[in-house]
Amino acid sequence: MSPVTAGALQLLALISALALAYRPLGDHMARVYSSEKHYRPEKWIYRAVGANPSAQMRWPAYLRAVLAFSAVSVLFLYALQRFQGVLPGSLGFVSIDPDQAFNTAASFVANTNWQSYYGEQAMGHVVQTGGLAVQNFVSAAVGMAVAVALVRGFSRSRTGELGNFWADLVRGTVRILLPISVVGAVVLVACGVLQNFSGIHEVGQFTGGTQQWNGGAVASQEVIKELGTNGGGYFNANSAHPFENPTPFSNLFEIFLILLIPFALTRTFGRMTGNLRQGYTLLATMAAIWIGFTALMMWTEFTHHGPALELAGGAMEGKETRFGIGGSSIFAVATTLTSTGAVNSFHSSYTGFGGGITMLGMQLGEIAPGGVGSGLYGMLIMAVVAVFIAGLMVGRTPEYLGRKIGTRQIKLAACYILITPALVLCFTAVALALPTPADSMTNSGAHGFSEILYAYTSGANNNGSAFAGLNADTQWFNTTIGIAMLLGRFLPIVFVLALAGSLAEQRPVPDTAGTLRTDKPLFAGLLAGTILIITGLTYFPALALGPLAEGLAS
Amino acid sequence: MNNSLKNTARLLGAGLRALLVLSVLCGVLYPLAVTGVAQAFFSGRANGSEVGDGTGHTVGSALIGQRYDLPKLDPDDPDESARPDLKWFQPRPSNGLGSNSVNPRYSLILSGATNRAADNADLVTWVTEAKAAVVADNSTPGHRVRADDVPADAVTSSGSGLDPHISPAYAKLQIHRVAERNGLPVPRVAKLVAEHTEGRTLGFMGEPRVNVLELNIALKEVSEG
Repeated sequence: MSPVTAGALQLLALISALALAYRPLGDHMARVYSSEKHYRPEKWIYRAVGANPSAQMRWPAYLRAVLAFSAVSVLFLYALQRFQGVLPGSLGFVSIDPDQAFNTAASFVANTNWQSYYGEQAMGHVVQTGGLAVQNFVSAAVGMAVAVALVRGFSRSRTGELGNFWADLVRGTVRILLPISVVGAVVLVACGVLQNFSGIHEVGQFTGGTQQWNGGAVASQEVIKELGTNGGGYFNANSAHPFENPTPFSNLFEIFLILLIPFALTRTFGRMTGNLRQGYTLLATMAAIWIGFTALMMWTEFTHHGPALELAGGAMEGKETRFGIGGSSIFAVATTLTSTGAVNSFHSSYTGFGGGITMLGMQLGEIAPGGVGSGLYGMLIMAVVAVFIAGLMVGRTPEYLGRKIGTRQIKLAACYILITPALVLCFTAVALALPTPADSMTNSGAHGFSEILYAYTSGANNNGSAFAGLNADTQWFNTTIGIAMLLGRFLPIVFVLALAGSLAEQRPVPDTAGTLRTDKPLFAGLLAGTILIITGLTYFPALALGPLAEGLAS
Repeated sequence: MNNSLKNTARLLGAGLRALLVLSVLCGVLYPLAVTGVAQAFFSGRANGSEVGDGTGHTVGSALIGQRYDLPKLDPDDPDESARPDLKWFQPRPSNGLGSNSVNPRYSLILSGATNRAADNADLVTWVTEAKAAVVADNSTPGHRVRADDVPADAVTSSGSGLDPHISPAYAKLQIHRVAERNGLPVPRVAKLVAEHTEGRTLGFMGEPRVNVLELNIALKEVSEG
């Protein structure tokens, strides 16, 4: 069997597994967020928090709770790193410097997991397991909560009530993320992922001497790293490290975890709005982009243009033997079309076009299928814009799911769409105009530019992967990428919740013969076109200077 | 104003309590439970898949690559470049490739890749040098290796820098050299490589590969036994 066929079969197996999980998980999540019942352990948590989980919140209250929880999370994680040196269970690692601690705290709370540190040389058990892994859970649960609040905006009328943030946060963690994580972690351990609390120790080698190993609760963190589309590796090499991703099966399993919840949330959306076909339309758009990108990535990596790759006879630089080009390409696309940012191979050493595909995936806004929660709300924003464009064409007030898309709604959607490109392009421009940031580049020319463009694209879109030749542990990059991650996460959430509130206040308008059918293939096509055109117009000049220039030259 | 300040403080307090409770759940109870299950049922794998040689000594992990070098001429010279011990099968290159501080060169666990672009001049040099070395090292009096025969994994470094595997093509390419250096017949070594070649999982997952450490352990048993 040729590697290309094997790659295609792996993609098919992945699609089948996701299809099998789609209905049960999507329906389960709809029940979780619609149920009136509170389990006993959840009641203990609510009592400890001092919140009434049945109290309905309007959008400003929901937003305040999101922001308060996240602000506390940033401060807590910052403090944990600053005091690492005096905490027990830190493997002797010292406290993290202020700029890097800020960057890491912002990164993990914003569901980005950009890492300017080397995991195995900086973070002990307490920070990894008690701080970073916890944010992997709760930042994902926050994303899902915001998405569900927007879905409620589409399914409720004349109330303005979006649910209760504390209930959504706790239920997402306890009823969705934790159960899947427990099972997934055991599967990963069975494949060979570490799960212990040993310290740094020496292990004998074949020809004498020793290797230094670092133990840790790796499997339990690895599974939520993928499932919550976080991406922050326990080790520097992330999912390329054999202790994080030991076998071809664990590789496919991790990709499955990355895509599982984002795809299934379209079913949850269909369930909660009472029209499953609306969810299928979003699913079809996401799946078409995902499969198309994966096919393109395999094509460019298997043809391996570029001087060094042609000389080597294959695009194996930065890739592991056990995954090969197929398993690496599928992972690279899945991680950049979601907000994950875990890597099993190093994107910087991909072909020029391959690197461009990873960047474009993030620049689409990570909506195919996107991060947990953020993928769904990002896609719904694009759907609002798509019906608006369709409305302009036929001269009707646009509607989506029976809600009028008026001036206020389209303003909020437009603000959402403008934030991340503004952050990416402005920060990239400033970094290039200043004298020192370019010192961090490993490569020169178009690829050096790509390293910086990639860094801000990854940060502002909350991805976290990197063209890792860039030395990002400088005060400039720690600070600016930290700011880009926080603004890129929480400003869009402000607009999503404001939009959700305005939708939930409306009285639904009945469908008429002139209503644009948003549950048909035609709309899926319009939606995909809208996404590609908006992203293309925004980023084409920047991409032309970086990956396109590199790809066309080789 | 006073009122809104009080409300904000109350909200932050609720957020802190929620974070602390969820930290206990997701950051203490959950990892401890998983560790308990892992240590009870998969203790070998959960602790790094260590492998021993025939005498019971631990010689590394089945999952982590290592180097097979000759002893240093001067043990106190940190800059002395390592010379591969051609008696053993060699892993993917680390010498010359990825000489930045991140690449571990298999010696210590700081994992990472070179991150050099496909058009990077350093990478072109490293691949060229690695290819020349593979051709020179593996050509024996009765067997010439051609540059076209060298597979990509033999001249590029991996993503983790700790890749425990090489492709079957690179293993086969080393057979004549290894046989000569160990005084073994070529078919005997070829048989060892075939026995240690692992196909795709279920026929389609990943790529065929050879675990270098396990192959070298078997080689040692054959050559000494």
